[in-house]
Amino acid sequence: MSESYEATVTDPVSAPMTCDSNPVEEWLRMDRMPHIWCPGCGIGTSVNCFTRAIEESSLDRKNIAIVSGIGCTGRVAGYLLLDSFHTTHGRALPFATGLKLASPKTKVVVYSGDGDLFAIGGNHFIHAARRNLDMTVLCVNNFNYGMTGGQVAPTTPEFAIASTTPYGSVERPFNLPYLAQSCGAVYVARWTVYHVKQLQRSIREALEKPGFTFIEMVAPCPTLFVRRNRLGDGLAALESYEENAVIKNGADTRECDLGMGGPIVCGKFVDIDRPSYLSNQVAHLRKVLGDRYVMPDAWQGVVQ
Amino acid sequence: MNADPRGVLTGSHFLDGDHAAAEGALAAGANFSAGYPITPSTEVVERLAGRFPFTGGTFIQMEDELAASIAIQGAVWGGSKALTVTSGPGFSLMMEHLGYGIMTETPFVLVDVQRGGPSTGLPTMPAQADMMQARWGSHGDYEIIALAPSSPQECFNLMIRAFNLSEKYRTPVLLMMDECVGHMLERVVIPSPEKIQIEPRRYTRKGPDEQYWPYSLEECNNGDLVPPLTKVGEGHFPHITGLTHDDRGYPAMNAKSQAVLLGRLVDKIRNNADDIITIEEDGTDDADVIVVSYGITARVCQPAISRARAEGHKVGFLRLVTVWPFPEKRIRELAGRVSAFVVPEMNLGQIVREVERCSQGRPKVRGVTHAGGAVHDPEEIYNAIREVMG
Repeated sequence: MSESYEATVTDPVSAPMTCDSNPVEEWLRMDRMPHIWCPGCGIGTSVNCFTRAIEESSLDRKNIAIVSGIGCTGRVAGYLLLDSFHTTHGRALPFATGLKLASPKTKVVVYSGDGDLFAIGGNHFIHAARRNLDMTVLCVNNFNYGMTGGQVAPTTPEFAIASTTPYGSVERPFNLPYLAQSCGAVYVARWTVYHVKQLQRSIREALEKPGFTFIEMVAPCPTLFVRRNRLGDGLAALESYEENAVIKNGADTRECDLGMGGPIVCGKFVDIDRPSYLSNQVAHLRKVLGDRYVMPDAWQGVVQ
Repeated sequence: MNADPRGVLTGSHFLDGDHAAAEGALAAGANFSAGYPITPSTEVVERLAGRFPFTGGTFIQMEDELAASIAIQGAVWGGSKALTVTSGPGFSLMMEHLGYGIMTETPFVLVDVQRGGPSTGLPTMPAQADMMQARWGSHGDYEIIALAPSSPQECFNLMIRAFNLSEKYRTPVLLMMDECVGHMLERVVIPSPEKIQIEPRRYTRKGPDEQYWPYSLEECNNGDLVPPLTKVGEGHFPHITGLTHDDRGYPAMNAKSQAVLLGRLVDKIRNNADDIITIEEDGTDDADVIVVSYGITARVCQPAISRARAEGHKVGFLRLVTVWPFPEKRIRELAGRVSAFVVPEMNLGQIVREVERCSQGRPKVRGVTHAGGAVHDPEEIYNAIREVMG
């Protein structure tokens, strides 16, 4: 067993470097490298897309805050050279809510995993989307809990093997784009980490759009989900994403369920306009209280 | 620094403790609160929700207590002064984020208006049964600051004190009220802003291009264990985590880093216990028996003390205004010269154990317990005083 495992994993130390430096290094805390992610993991690719998206965007680096929960994707906050918060399990969204209300000039990005955002943090997700406070939620969906050893998640496809469903899960997983849209997100997209250009462009769009924006980033967990379900290695997973992806912008999110080996509907599904929490709040209090309303100092000049 | 006049409702008012606590938060300069409704604490945030639009503050009702207790910490890193308010079941839910605040050194105030428990217990009735949860409720080792007001006036005063301590020591502070103090109406005098002293938040003096580490003591005087804060948008790019971390805020998960970090977190409170602890004493100099109490019970025991004194007994009174850190030094001193402590509290024996620990078996220690739901009958306290006098 150990022989076949070793045969599929590239040794990161002895692998030859193909360039002198990574072009996204200036966005990373290089003093924290090497990172903890496994060879073939998709989280790093998503971070690469994210950094390129913020570089292309009009955002001022000082005014971007990254908030993560707990888990493999929760570690993203620790590697980005931005104002970065590694919070408690499931609670990135309410932390981000307080941060945004206190500092509306900050572009708040919640970057976390499927278990963190949709199991323990599921209640916060539905309410954050409902409120439509300006923030971007980037969810790496690797279909299981990576950090703790590959347990079943609310995104694990039906009949897939996880360490706590050793004979296969029988629960129906969440369809994340459908959930996000139903709760009120104004921008909803899904890409896999194979689709780096599309993902990068989509992240930029989400960052620049007011309101609650959400992107599901389908990514391989080669050490646990992919291996346990005999799907090969990280590269094989990417090949399967290429093969199974159906790009369908504007797709009905009710038809975006993910199953084992089935189609992965990708694209931008929702892009609508709805007044955000902050502008609604200010407009309403001005209407009701008139001149007596005192806008918070940090909102002056930011919230219209 | 004087209070910002925007939040100070100077004058003489007839308020309950919950409303007085809200006014204390406003006077202290709080400009953010996140909450979740729970009896008997809800009136605090109801008042804040009504008042904040006139003082430049923000209130948001969150989806649960977990959310409320972390939203306030996001707000603090966004530059706000923040509080949340809860009771029993909500206090249990907030324990993880109390720990996050201690570990990340995020200043805020958490109010627990205590009701009878465990579980849903007695939602509308008083207890003082969360005192040990206040001390040890979050997992792991830490020191905590907790204050216990006895009146609506003190809810106002101690809320300001709680904010000042949280800023000074960069740590969460608990205001341990109870349903009785929270709902009793009394006169509350709110002074003019220039008579209210506010501890300003200590931010780093470093510019955006200078290297700032959120847990470095390089800007601190010798012996000061409280590193200065920053907030988002300053170009300092701090990394904040609940993992054991080094001065840079970077995860450093090993025994040595754990010892260094936890050592500083407890020492910044322990080394300053004299500054943090406030106790009120009456007739303790020549007392034979001392009644040690706190919160509403410190008032309920007054008729018992007066009656015993009228009968010629030397009965002293000591009120814990600061409950945590516990005033060990003073209790130890008194333990050397009194024959007994009587400790009435609205629980089945919590703070009495601390008094026993500090007494080291010298004087008798007699708890006067009450399961909650009502305050003590002073007669029970009087009987306990008589009993220890033999």
